[in-house]
Amino acid sequence: MADLTSSFLGIRSPNPFWLASAPPTDKANNVNRAFEAGWGGVVWKTLGEDPPIVNVNGPRYGALLGTARNLIGFNNIELITDRLLDVNLREIRQVKRDWPDRALVVSLMVPCEERAWKAILPMVEDTGADGIELNFGCPHGMSERGMGSAVGQVPEYVEMVARWCKENTRLPVIVKLTPNVTNILAPARAARRGGADAVSLINTVSSIMSVDLEAMAPSPSIDGRGAHGGYCGPAVKPIALRMVGEIARDRECAGMPISGIGGIATWRDAAEFMALGASNVQVCTAAMVYGFKVVEDMIDGLANWMDSKGYRSVADFVGKAVSNFVDWEHLNLNYTVKARIDQALCIQCGRCYIACEDTSHQAITREQDGRRHFEVIDAECVGCNLCVNVCPVDNCITLVPLPVGSRDPRTGQPVGSYADWTTHPNNPAATVPAATK
Amino acid sequence: MDDGEGKAAAGAPGIATGRLTPEAYARNFGEAHPPLTHQQALNESDRCLFCYAAPCVQACPTAIDIPSFIRKIATGNVKGSAHDILRQNPMGAVCARVCPTEVLCEGACVRNHQEHRPVAIGALQRYATDWVFDRNVQLFSRGPASGKRIAVVGGGPAGLSCAHRLATLGHAVTVFEARDKLGGLNEYGVAAYKVAGGIAQREVDYLLAVGGIEVALGKRLGRDLTLAALRRDFDAVFLGIGLGAVNDLGIDTPALSGVYDAIDYIGTLRQTQNLSTLPVGSRVVVIGGGMTAIDIATQSKRLGSEDVTIVYRRGAEQMGASRKEQDWAQTNGVRIKHWARPVRLLGRDGALAAVEFETTCIDAQGALAGTGERFSVEADMLFKAIGQVLVQDAVAGAVSLLDTRAGRIAVNAQRRTSLPDVWAGGDCVAGGEDLTVVAVEDGKRAALSINQHLRAAPATG
Repeated sequence: MADLTSSFLGIRSPNPFWLASAPPTDKANNVNRAFEAGWGGVVWKTLGEDPPIVNVNGPRYGALLGTARNLIGFNNIELITDRLLDVNLREIRQVKRDWPDRALVVSLMVPCEERAWKAILPMVEDTGADGIELNFGCPHGMSERGMGSAVGQVPEYVEMVARWCKENTRLPVIVKLTPNVTNILAPARAARRGGADAVSLINTVSSIMSVDLEAMAPSPSIDGRGAHGGYCGPAVKPIALRMVGEIARDRECAGMPISGIGGIATWRDAAEFMALGASNVQVCTAAMVYGFKVVEDMIDGLANWMDSKGYRSVADFVGKAVSNFVDWEHLNLNYTVKARIDQALCIQCGRCYIACEDTSHQAITREQDGRRHFEVIDAECVGCNLCVNVCPVDNCITLVPLPVGSRDPRTGQPVGSYADWTTHPNNPAATVPAATK
Repeated sequence: MDDGEGKAAAGAPGIATGRLTPEAYARNFGEAHPPLTHQQALNESDRCLFCYAAPCVQACPTAIDIPSFIRKIATGNVKGSAHDILRQNPMGAVCARVCPTEVLCEGACVRNHQEHRPVAIGALQRYATDWVFDRNVQLFSRGPASGKRIAVVGGGPAGLSCAHRLATLGHAVTVFEARDKLGGLNEYGVAAYKVAGGIAQREVDYLLAVGGIEVALGKRLGRDLTLAALRRDFDAVFLGIGLGAVNDLGIDTPALSGVYDAIDYIGTLRQTQNLSTLPVGSRVVVIGGGMTAIDIATQSKRLGSEDVTIVYRRGAEQMGASRKEQDWAQTNGVRIKHWARPVRLLGRDGALAAVEFETTCIDAQGALAGTGERFSVEADMLFKAIGQVLVQDAVAGAVSLLDTRAGRIAVNAQRRTSLPDVWAGGDCVAGGEDLTVVAVEDGKRAALSINQHLRAAPATG
């Protein structure tokens, strides 16, 4: 049986599934319930200076729903904790005492002044918490006050505050990054320069969920007006994966642990983040949609998958996909695939046909001998994968590679061995000039 | 279904009224299948794959763009959805309820191959059409007046479909109907629980609201009208007169009480406000294998009959009623006996007492044959549901002019008869499938052909 125990910056937890700093981790009641359900750790919802912030009394959350009300994306305009600092600190101390085997990290956000950080750090340390996470990511409400993503978007500030924290606490320091930047490596590298022990990402993406066409206002609206919020849930997972991967493969960040966050709802999502370099993961939206019980499948599913692959500990697969995440120029341009439609599985919907015909390469037939029949025309197929993506039947359409040396019916040319853009004759900046003919 | 246990008359022998409690009648003849809720409609619409050249559209006699109307439900454009439906099939609301979708659109749905469960196209069609009816949203308007007048004979699905399309094209239409209500078999011929809530008349009202359609009730061709006079007085004539006469059993039928034409009885049932006044037998035998047989058998059971047996001369596969319809009847407690044909009616004191049958088989030549083996089924009521024929009187005076085929009016693809100014459609024409939706398509095609013909001709008067 796979060993799921996790050690992140020396913070041990029985599994790598932590609840992210967010509404579910705002108070002892919720965190106790989460630990009872099996979560390995929590990042306590962001503490700030007293007097506490206030939240709106109208709707805080919005959702992007599919037709059948399946949740695709989620957003919130809730701010950091709206409870007194002392209340939170007391609860944190008690919870850590009651759950010594679980990870308890405290998220922090105070004004960008050393005084403020110096003041709060000892109080957190005193609770017995395992670490701190610097909230440099919250994109709404706090950022307009010079905190949250307003810090995270300026690498110099990230570095400065990280340094303050490292100088003023013995606790491990995790910097939580905002995705609302053009290059995620700038704040990640800054965190490292400032001495941060790890980064966690992504925080939420700035968003307007929808526009209420009756009220002519962003929704959810507060008395007829809406503000931008932070977007999360399954829809942001691809954005988060890419940013995690960028940091994981970056030379300047090499060796800096990453806590993966962003739309993780299943064990498979978690395994993907970890394969791409995250040592553990943090979850919020899935818990808010289904309750804390979702962790059961995450634990069970990850263990079963690890067993099936022969991974004994999470360290066995963390980062295993990083070296395969490359820039486009390093993709094998000679790798040639053709789509294949399994006629036994085909249900004759024709979506592959119309998608290819209207928007791609006219590489699928619509009939044969006067009958509805969808088949790939190899002489036209560029292997783009669109038909695979639009097919409603799993595994009905697959991409089959042509063997090196065989002839591609589309180009009439033999399939070559590995060659990428860096050596391509059309590339004026080719590092190795193409062989002269 | 409520069998009305505890009601004194429930098990009364012979033909009796008031077998059930008022509540049981209300339940048994209310809506058999409730409408989709908003969320159900969204969930179901999400299952539609928006197929290319969708097989469901090809299977629909009126060629409704089904993926389009379903997508419009999903996006909240229900008005657009209803327009997609009604422009192809103006009687889409009743068709959503009475079409044998399992052999038409839903039978062709590709989801059958994947999940053994088609998209519930009929229920979604009902959802969209109910939306416009409930809000009284008129999607059609009368076109600029053409100055042409068209007589539509028969106010059933074919005639109303034809009249509606002609009106939208700007023609002045007069609908002549023999009965005192429009709707044809939608109003008189299908099971009450399929079209509960007065949907047949609501649909008629919706169609007439387009304007330009005059209605003359109580006018029967051959009795109050002649084809010659209609041809003289109108620029074109459309015949949608249905089939008036019920086929004969082909055996000696002594004058016994208790022998009914199923279609007449259903018509009476549909027009009866208080169903407890409608007499029904304790033991009912239905002869036939089509939808009318299913409808009369199921409704007899729902009126409180003890035993209802459908007897059909061939097997389940050959029945006109789909498997789903057969299952529905059996779920309602109806027994279906295949491979038998009636040979004799047995009476007692002038009333039907039993029906004697001979079992049948397919002989070496592939023809239906009796085996000689006989059995009888006790019955105090017998319904003939063995199909209908054209009433020749209806076209009296013109029968020699109108070509017929297989006892019905012959038409071409445009639903044009052998007379240059007469079109026909619905059950009275040859080659149809005796389905509401086919009648609607006939009326629509005829209207388009009439329009083309009249627009091409120089104006008269």
